Amino acid sequence: MFTDEAPDPVSLCSLWRRSQQAEQESRGCQTRVVHSAEAEVQTRWATISCTQTDPQYQAKEQLLQQSQDQLEPPGLKDFLQRVEDTVIRELVRNAKSHAFDEFQVNWEDQNQIVSCLHCLQHASAQERGLHVTSVSWSCTGSVIACAYGRIDDGDWSTERSCVCTWNLDRRTLNPKQADLVIDVPTAVTALCCHPNQPALIAGGLYSGEVVVWDTSRTQDPVLVQTGMSADSHREPVYQVAWVPLQKKGEFGVLSACSGGRVLLWTVDSDRGSFVLHAGYALVRQQVPHSNNTSFKARGSSTVGVTSLALSPWDPDTFLVGSEGGLLLRCSFSSQTPAAAPSEGHNVTLRAPAVFLFRPCSGPVHSIHCSPFHRNLFVSAGTDGLAHVHSLLQANPLLSLRVSDSYVFQVQWSPTRPLVFAAATGQGEVQIFDLGNRSLRPAATIEQGGAGQAATCLAFNSHNPHLLALGNTNGTVCIWRLSHDLTEQSPRESSQLEQIANQVAE
Amino acid sequence: MAEVEETLKRIQGQNGVQGIIIVNSEGIPVKTTLDNPSTVQYAGLIHQLVMKARSTIRDIDPQNDLTFLRIRSKKNEIMIAPDKDYFLIVIQNPSD
Repeated sequence: MFTDEAPDPVSLCSLWRRSQQAEQESRGCQTRVVHSAEAEVQTRWATISCTQTDPQYQAKEQLLQQSQDQLEPPGLKDFLQRVEDTVIRELVRNAKSHAFDEFQVNWEDQNQIVSCLHCLQHASAQERGLHVTSVSWSCTGSVIACAYGRIDDGDWSTERSCVCTWNLDRRTLNPKQADLVIDVPTAVTALCCHPNQPALIAGGLYSGEVVVWDTSRTQDPVLVQTGMSADSHREPVYQVAWVPLQKKGEFGVLSACSGGRVLLWTVDSDRGSFVLHAGYALVRQQVPHSNNTSFKARGSSTVGVTSLALSPWDPDTFLVGSEGGLLLRCSFSSQTPAAAPSEGHNVTLRAPAVFLFRPCSGPVHSIHCSPFHRNLFVSAGTDGLAHVHSLLQANPLLSLRVSDSYVFQVQWSPTRPLVFAAATGQGEVQIFDLGNRSLRPAATIEQGGAGQAATCLAFNSHNPHLLALGNTNGTVCIWRLSHDLTEQSPRESSQLEQIANQVAE
Repeated sequence: MAEVEETLKRIQGQNGVQGIIIVNSEGIPVKTTLDNPSTVQYAGLIHQLVMKARSTIRDIDPQNDLTFLRIRSKKNEIMIAPDKDYFLIVIQNPSD
């Protein structure tokens, strides 16, 4: 009959599981590192052919420390106890010592004098009496580009001019013959070499056009130009600059004209044209007021931009100097619409000004931000003074008498935080060292004859002892600076910090 | 181990100290307060330098020996206390 029966359990090994566990291989995985711990394994080996996860440095360091914790190197404690007193005594003494203050080693031959290395001339420009309007070093520091135009002539002219480049590192440098001459149908007013690509030069023309030349192209060096479109400037462009765009490694061209427009262009190299990325208009009514300024709005309502400077520290900030002597801090991200007619621009013009510094009595010809301090900049213009400003204060921190004539350009030294140079209308270049007690120039470079003005200058950040100067007689001189104008001394940065933290009276 | 750490902390607490490395006689870092790449670089280079300095001193006068090495540079000063088994390297910016 039927009875209940309880059979003994029978266990069967899982063949599947054993075979899976025995051969486990990761071919590749894109997930995060899998944290696994194995209490007991029966597999004999595991291989990883390749992974895309980050290397496990963290884990390795921990391991190293763990093993150190367990295993203190023998004798380490005794050694430390032995040397601790000596080391601490030396550290304390050294921190208090002034033995090496102001001490400098002469590792190289010091060049004590400022001397002229080359005098570069382009014959046809000199015959026509063109002035050098702008000089710029290429990003490699070996090529100097120079633009020809006129600074004494306000008339609308169709005189042809040119841009010339010389490579100073070339063995057969001919100072009378430029390596490359780019003919331009009108006077060139501004020039700026690309910060990464040695072949690209951006230029601004008297006609209001903005151009990018590619010097590596033999046929037609014009890479892109704005032409006479609705977007472009209608007044002479006084300054161009390369601006880093949001996408890393890409640059746009910022141009400023005397019509009060600051336009940011991006280069569309596929179509060979400029695309207007953003536009800013400076209008009198929208200039921020400060209490101690009193200027009356007269004449036209636009603020003619004569100079422009980018902050190397803050990508949102740029500084603008105007024909009327206004000095403004502006912001790229401003959203206020400008109270100016759009004149058929494809983008809405915005009012960028956020802060007004104390106005100067004449046009501001040049502004330059300090490469060593985020708040300092220097400005100069027709009043013959160089003003050292802090971005945070309306009044200048220092005003130095540079010349009885105009000052056309000021620029900070790329290597010495306290040094800047100014090109004057009397033909000399004054180099100031703010570390000196007196406010007289540390060096004066005189060139040319009487009646010649120095119109532009450029320090070379690759070869800091080189300074290029442009002159109204059409020559570009390359000067070699002395050692004390190029080598940073130990306490210089803190001195600059002190100047920046002063409160202007 | 705690005593070792305390000693290092006392040294680190001195004015302007930027980093401490202890290197064993083979030039392998044993303790460090710097990041990995700079520790390896300092350890390797300074070990060679100490060996060279010591042999220089002993070649000039076999009775003499290196007791302490200080290297002054534009940016900082490196102090090295050598010993039979270990070197203590301290990097200090005295103007801080």
